[in-house]
Order: sequence, then C-alpha cells, then structure tokens
Amino acid sequence: MTELLKLDGVGVRLGGRQILDDVRFEVRPGEFSGIIGPNGAGKTTLLRVILGLIPSAAGKITRPPTIGYVPQKLNIDPDVPLRARDVVSLGLDGHRIGFSFPSRKRRDLVEKALADVGAGDYASARVGELSGGQQQRVMVAHALISRPSLLLLDEPLANLDLAIEQEIVTVLAKLAREHEIAVMLSAHDMNPLINVMDRIIYVANGKVATGATDDVVTTEGLSELYGHHVDVLHVHGRVVVVAG
Amino acid sequence: MFTGLMANTWIAASVVAVIAGMTGYFAVLRGQTFAAHAIPNGAFAGAAGASLIGVNVIVGLAVVAVAGALGIGALGSKARHDVITALTLVLMLGLGAVFVSMSTQYAQETYSLLFGQVTGVSQGEVAPIAGLGLAAALAIGVAFRPLMLTSALPEVAEARGVSTRKVDLYFLLVMAVATSMTVPVVGALLMFSLMIGPAAAARSVTARPGVALALSVAIALAITWLSIALFYRTNWPLGFFVGTGGALFYLVGLGARRLAVPRSLTRS
Ligand SMILES: Nc1ncnc2c1ncn2[C@@H]1O[C@H](COP(=O)(O)OP(=O)(O)OP(=O)(O)O)[C@@H](O)[C@H]1O
Ligand SMILES: [Mg+2]
Repeated sequence: MTELLKLDGVGVRLGGRQILDDVRFEVRPGEFSGIIGPNGAGKTTLLRVILGLIPSAAGKITRPPTIGYVPQKLNIDPDVPLRARDVVSLGLDGHRIGFSFPSRKRRDLVEKALADVGAGDYASARVGELSGGQQQRVMVAHALISRPSLLLLDEPLANLDLAIEQEIVTVLAKLAREHEIAVMLSAHDMNPLINVMDRIIYVANGKVATGATDDVVTTEGLSELYGHHVDVLHVHGRVVVVAG
Repeated sequence: MFTGLMANTWIAASVVAVIAGMTGYFAVLRGQTFAAHAIPNGAFAGAAGASLIGVNVIVGLAVVAVAGALGIGALGSKARHDVITALTLVLMLGLGAVFVSMSTQYAQETYSLLFGQVTGVSQGEVAPIAGLGLAAALAIGVAFRPLMLTSALPEVAEARGVSTRKVDLYFLLVMAVATSMTVPVVGALLMFSLMIGPAAAARSVTARPGVALALSVAIALAITWLSIALFYRTNWPLGFFVGTGGALFYLVGLGARRLAVPRSLTRS
C-alpha cells in the first residue's frame, strides 16, 4: 500500500529557534502512530506543521486531502449554547459559508459518529458542561464525521483517569482498524499505547526517531536522540525512560 | 401611537432590535462583548465630528465605526485583544469629547446619540435603516457556520482552512455596519444593552444554537416594543426601560437555567 503522509527532511523554525530538524517518516492507511516525547519536545509543533498551520523551513510534506484534528485543549464556556451533537454537526460542514438545515440524513450521521465513540448518552448536553474525557470523545466524533483518512490528536489522554484513558485508546485503535483511518496521537507516556502502536515517533531535543517501539525505545537509541545518557527500563510490563 | 411618525419609530426600532439580537448573540459567543461596547460608544465620536463639520451623521458614524473595527481587528491578536479594544475606545472617546466641546450648540444632538432619539425617526430615515439592517442580517447569515466554528473551535477551524482572524475582522465590520444604523435610533449606550442582555438571556435558556439565536432576537424585540410602549405611557427615558428590561430578562434566564441544569445533562 502507498503512503498517506510523508515527511521528508522536514525542519521547523519558530521565533528564530530550530524546533524540529530533519524529520522523516511515512504513515500508511490504518496505521496507529504514537508521537511521544517530554514537555516542550515539539509534539504539538510536529502536528501543526503536518496540518499546515505553521510553515516548514525545510523539507517536503505529502499529505492527504482531509485531515481530522483534535487539539490539545478545548476552551468552551459552560454557558455556550452548543450541544455535543451541534459540535459534531459542525465537523460535517462548519467551514462552509451559509447555514445548514436540519435533515434526517444529517441527524443520522451525527448520531452514528457519536455512537462510534461511545458519546451517545450526552448528545444533548452542552459541551461546556461535559468532563474533559467526554469532550475528547465529542471532538473525536467531530473530527471523524468529515471522513478523514488521517486523524491527528494532540494529547488526548492528558488529564484523564486510567480507565477512561484505556477506553479512548481502545476506541481509537478500533477506528483505525475498522475504518482504515491512520491515527497519530501525541502523549507524554508511551505505556497506554504500547499494545496498539504500529509505530512510535519519538521526539526529543528537536530530533525524531521512528520505527517499531522495540527498535526505537532502547537505551542506545534514546541516549543518542537526547544527546546524553538515558536508561530505558522495563518494570512490570511498563517502559520507563530515566535520565542516566 | 402607531401612526405617522410613530409608525416610523416602530419600524426603525424593530429593525434595530433584530440586528442587535443577532449581532449580540455572536458578540457574546465570540467573547467580543467588549468590542460590542467599544464600537458603538466610540463611533459616537464620528457622529459628533460629522455634525461639527456639517456631514451626514450616519456617514460620520460609519467611518469611525469601521475604522475602530479595523483597528481592533488588525492590531489585536488574541492575547492583546482587550488592550487594543480599550485603547481604540479611549482614543475614539477622546476625539468625541473634543468634537462635543467644540460644538456646544449641538448638546441636544449629542445627548440623542448617546441615549437615542427613537421618537424622532423621519420617513426618509426608515429606508436606509432597513437597508443597512438587511445588509447586516445577510452578512451574518452568509457566515453563520464559520462564525460558529471559529467561536467554538478556533484551532480546528484554522486546520480546516478557516482563518479565525479573518472571521473576527469580518464580524467586527458587521458590528460596525450595525452600529452606524442603530446608534442614531437607540443611541450608543442602549445599543450595547440591547446587544448583550437578550443574547445572554437566550443562551441561558436553551442549549440549541439556532433556537438561542432566534430567542435572542425575540427578546430584543420584546424589550424594544415594551420599552417604547412604556415610554409613551410614562414619558420616562427610554434608556431606563431598555436597560432594566435587558437585565431583567437576563436574570429570568439565569433563574430558568438554574432550574433546568440538573435535567440538561440527562435529557435528550
Ligand atoms: N510560536 C512559537 N514561537 C517560538 N517558540 C515556540 C512557539 N511555539 C512553540 N515554541 C517552542 O517550541 C518547542 C516545542 O513546543 P511544542 O508545543 O511543540 O512542545 P510539546 O512537545 O507539544 O510540549 P507539551 O508536551 O508541553 O505539549 C518549545 O520549546 C516551545 O517553547
Ligand atoms: Mg503539546
């Protein structure tokens, strides 16, 4: 199968600083990639350059026509008159001019998208009143209803408790498999993703290492990436990266 | 109270109410209530300046309102929005003060620009008011979805090719057009209360975006009609009725929300 997304030697400069340098990897349909790295490593920057929200200073990006995006945090007041289903409906054609008329077809599509992510129960609640995890699901439904071939999520697991975290990862992995959607998700911690990731994109020190998790996450590999010695430890089936 | 000059009053005030309800809805949604305050109040300087040099007041209002909108939109990034809006307002008010002090004989006119002159709408003014009102309503209708998307999910909108900044500027310009139409009728101060009160009340009553917009317009109309009727009866200032009407509806809306909240999370 041919690649959906391809980054070839991509570099990003922001405010005169080199944030990312010589990033290269490919993503194929239905693949699940985890973008892993510490705070300030450049995960959000990588997603934003893939989306075309910021320009790249070097290299070439080949991207699919539709990309779904779930940003790092939603800031919606509890009073805002928008229900979960309205947010999902905006995913369908919110970027077009004019307004959309309610129809049976639209309603079915919206209900289906909400059901796919397990958010059907709160379809009529105001988004601003939902919890962080519930908002994440609604946003995934919003992103999926436009039928993207690539779905980018920025830290969707931040601030979620462990049970919800696993649930969201499972929902996403299922979507990737069943709908052939390539999912790219950024996170601080790789552990919740280890069982579902086809590829890890490890970001540190402005550089990126990609491949199968076991090949990338090694003491030698990560030490080279960070530019100083780090230890990769395996503890009770969890992977921990510690500064050496 | 519905004939001749009065008929003009009712028509003009109704157009103003519809536009205030619509633009106010988005001003509240986008968190641009400060700009909604600054543009009409600052634009009053344009009217004062226009009457000083003998130009049509609506032209003066429009020029300064548009200039203010452009200033706020072009200079104000997300983080600096409030500061730029405040500076624009202060600058416009300063100019207004100079114009007013230079033209003491227009004190009455200045007063009516701040508090409205709802009973003095002439036959000739009805058509331009209705025309500008229709233009503002169309402008909002055309951009309805992008306005919603950029208000609720600015980053996602950007990723889908909708520039939040451009939509911001567009909306500020619509507010400027609405202002130049409404200020001569209801006055700068009342325009603000007519924009914010109904919109805030509407959104506390319903979570449906379309219903909230319709309700915002309906409440603005109700307040306007009631205020004019009471004004004829009592001869108290119109502003008193519009201002308290807006606040009252908002409080009623808040009360309704309090009662409805436990249900809103479970009901479908
Ligand atoms: N607009 C900008 N101008 C200058 N530097 C920036 C800009 N945006 C981000 N940076 C810098 O780029 C680096 C990477 O930021 P980025 O937000 O991509 O990190 P991240 O991996 O997403 O971090 P986190 O885990 O905290 O979300 C940081 O050092 C940040 O200071
Ligand atoms: Mg980030």
